[in-house]
Amino acid sequence: MKNLTTGALIAGSTMLSPFAAMAETEVHFWHAFTGRLGELVAAQVEEFNAGQDEFTVVASHKGNYSETLNAGIAAFRAGEQPQILMVFEVGTATMMSAEGAVRSVTGVMEASGAEFDPDAYIGAVNGYYTTTDGEMLSLPFNASTPVLWVNRDAFEAAGVDPDTDLSTWQNVGEVLTQLKDGGSTCPLTTAWQSWIHLENFSAYHDVPFATQDNGFAGTDTELAFNSPAQVAHISAMGEWAADGRFFYAGRRNEGGANFRSGECALFTESSAGYAGIKAEAQFPFDVRPLPYWDGVGNAPQNTIIGGASLWVMEGHEDAEYEGAAQFLAYLSSSDVQAKWHQDTGYLPITNAAADATREAGFYEANLGTEVAVIQMTTNEPTANSKGLRLGSFDQIRGIIDEELEAVWSGDKDAQSALDSAVERGNSLLRRFEAAN
Amino acid sequence: MVARMSLGAADMEKRVTFKGWILPLCLIAPQVLVSAIFFFYPAGQAIWQSLFIPDPFGLSMQYVGLGNFEYLLSDPYYRTSFLTTAIFSTLVTLCSMIPALFLAVVADRLIKGAGVYRTMLIWPYAVAPAIAGVLWLFMFNTRVGVVSWYLGQFGYDWNHVLNGGEAMGLVVVASAWGRISYNFLFFFAALQAIPKSVIEAAAIDGARFWKRFWTIVLPLLSPTTFFLLVVNIVYAFFETFGVIHTITSGGPQQSTTILVYKVFSDGFVGQDLGSSAAQSVILLFVVGALTIFQFKFIERRVHY
Repeated sequence: MKNLTTGALIAGSTMLSPFAAMAETEVHFWHAFTGRLGELVAAQVEEFNAGQDEFTVVASHKGNYSETLNAGIAAFRAGEQPQILMVFEVGTATMMSAEGAVRSVTGVMEASGAEFDPDAYIGAVNGYYTTTDGEMLSLPFNASTPVLWVNRDAFEAAGVDPDTDLSTWQNVGEVLTQLKDGGSTCPLTTAWQSWIHLENFSAYHDVPFATQDNGFAGTDTELAFNSPAQVAHISAMGEWAADGRFFYAGRRNEGGANFRSGECALFTESSAGYAGIKAEAQFPFDVRPLPYWDGVGNAPQNTIIGGASLWVMEGHEDAEYEGAAQFLAYLSSSDVQAKWHQDTGYLPITNAAADATREAGFYEANLGTEVAVIQMTTNEPTANSKGLRLGSFDQIRGIIDEELEAVWSGDKDAQSALDSAVERGNSLLRRFEAAN
Repeated sequence: MVARMSLGAADMEKRVTFKGWILPLCLIAPQVLVSAIFFFYPAGQAIWQSLFIPDPFGLSMQYVGLGNFEYLLSDPYYRTSFLTTAIFSTLVTLCSMIPALFLAVVADRLIKGAGVYRTMLIWPYAVAPAIAGVLWLFMFNTRVGVVSWYLGQFGYDWNHVLNGGEAMGLVVVASAWGRISYNFLFFFAALQAIPKSVIEAAAIDGARFWKRFWTIVLPLLSPTTFFLLVVNIVYAFFETFGVIHTITSGGPQQSTTILVYKVFSDGFVGQDLGSSAAQSVILLFVVGALTIFQFKFIERRVHY
């Protein structure tokens, strides 16, 4: 009886105040950020909500990237999905093939009439989430790219000039030998080995990582990273690992601890590592472009991104899609993007935001922060350097990790390890093709 | 165990029989209902799902018959994972039971400070497995960890991210550590329950400590040991993936990928629900076989 009364009261009050109800069209936004990044997202949401009175964006943290994606999938199955879901770049193919679960950003923007110019976005950032015929599927939110971090003190301690040219792996190879001879216990370490040394390596040298334009042209794609260019690179890294010139610390960014503590001289890691390194490193450091093998492929082409994008999910009211479109338009606006780029070290997603940051003198004041932007934008992306769109990609990365570990420990040579990774990965791709 | 004991008792005594069907059906209904909802229904779902490759969002399902099983069993890494699971479970069970028994025997002889000693030993059980994993990971972090740093001072280069044996050792220790407390509690209680008169009689007959331990204490502990054996194997099989996920993620080169970890990573990381369901079905049979083996062959040696 009590429930009935409460229900009648709610129904009554809703009818009495139609305007209040309209003013509160809620747009739910699930994301994976905590700490400083979580605060910055909360500030963006608050500013958007304060700036207009039609929509209220409700942001919720749903765990790490994998957990957020899982939460979104489980919610969709239960009919409780949010309007906007953050998905990391390896989940792109999973989302894209979920026809009937997602709406493209281009579609949502055009339907709502919100301000939207696809050309305003930086091609290399945006390309990862755009179809071959130019439809933007999801909005890039936080994007970074790998760069080379240099510990200048470690160079000097080993008697090597820290200003040596490190733009090619040929030069880096020689420097690693000098560092080791100079007593360094960790000349080079890396984070995210598959992302940096195979995925980005392939894009940077303009060689395919997988067939069918790295999966952009269809799910009948096969892995192709066992070609001579990649084998030669992994083989060289394997040699460096064997005599201690390359130190392997783990699959994710475990190597960061070794670099920030001052032990390692060189570190290949995401440009978004800036905040952590700047806060912790007790030594002068440089940010350099990721090295390439001179004479291999079309290097240096451009590197690709990692990070997450925002997907609009199916099954909501028109008004809610309009709110979602307004929010995405707000996030892409030049001021918001420029601030986000400067606060976090993530790449700006529009050319206007990059220009605004440059004009504000941010790059001169924070040396090295522009390296990633230049590395991404100097060349127009090719079919090999637009990005990757592979199903079950989280698991394929796991397989690559395992096989690379076999090379670092000396159990396998580069060719047989990469052959095996390709073969095992292909069987996952065939399963993904069958499921979709 | 309870069910078996009462059956055994029923064989010897006069059977109680009911007239009619209604009362007996009503009496077993709650048990049947609980089993049906919480066991038969999910198990049936797993078997059903194992015949399909579904997409993660539940939008479409592709019937593949026994394709998922074929796919799994033709994967050499999956077959190796059976061996890895056997090694891991055996080591975790031994490493958590033997030290626990030793500590319990020592604690049993303690007169002063026994309370403090016991409480301290029980503490690790309160640490969640994933957190235990992180603690051990910090200590053994290659080069930066405390333990690996000292090992480095002695010239031993600890690197569990590349050395499969070291990785296995680390996940075994991290998984077994918290369980020692749990096992200790049971062993200690069982030791206290052994009548002092039996041990004193043996001592008067001239049996030394070890003789008494092997011939009297250990046989009298056998029901507890058997119970702990079953519980610890189940723990090693099903509850350790949190530790493995935080320390090694199954690596290097799948050397610490046990069956349950693969179910978890295929299902919740890879979104491959068909393969994950097929693995659950295989696991169902493995655990079924293991349970039959334990009760058929090992329990015979137990003296209640």
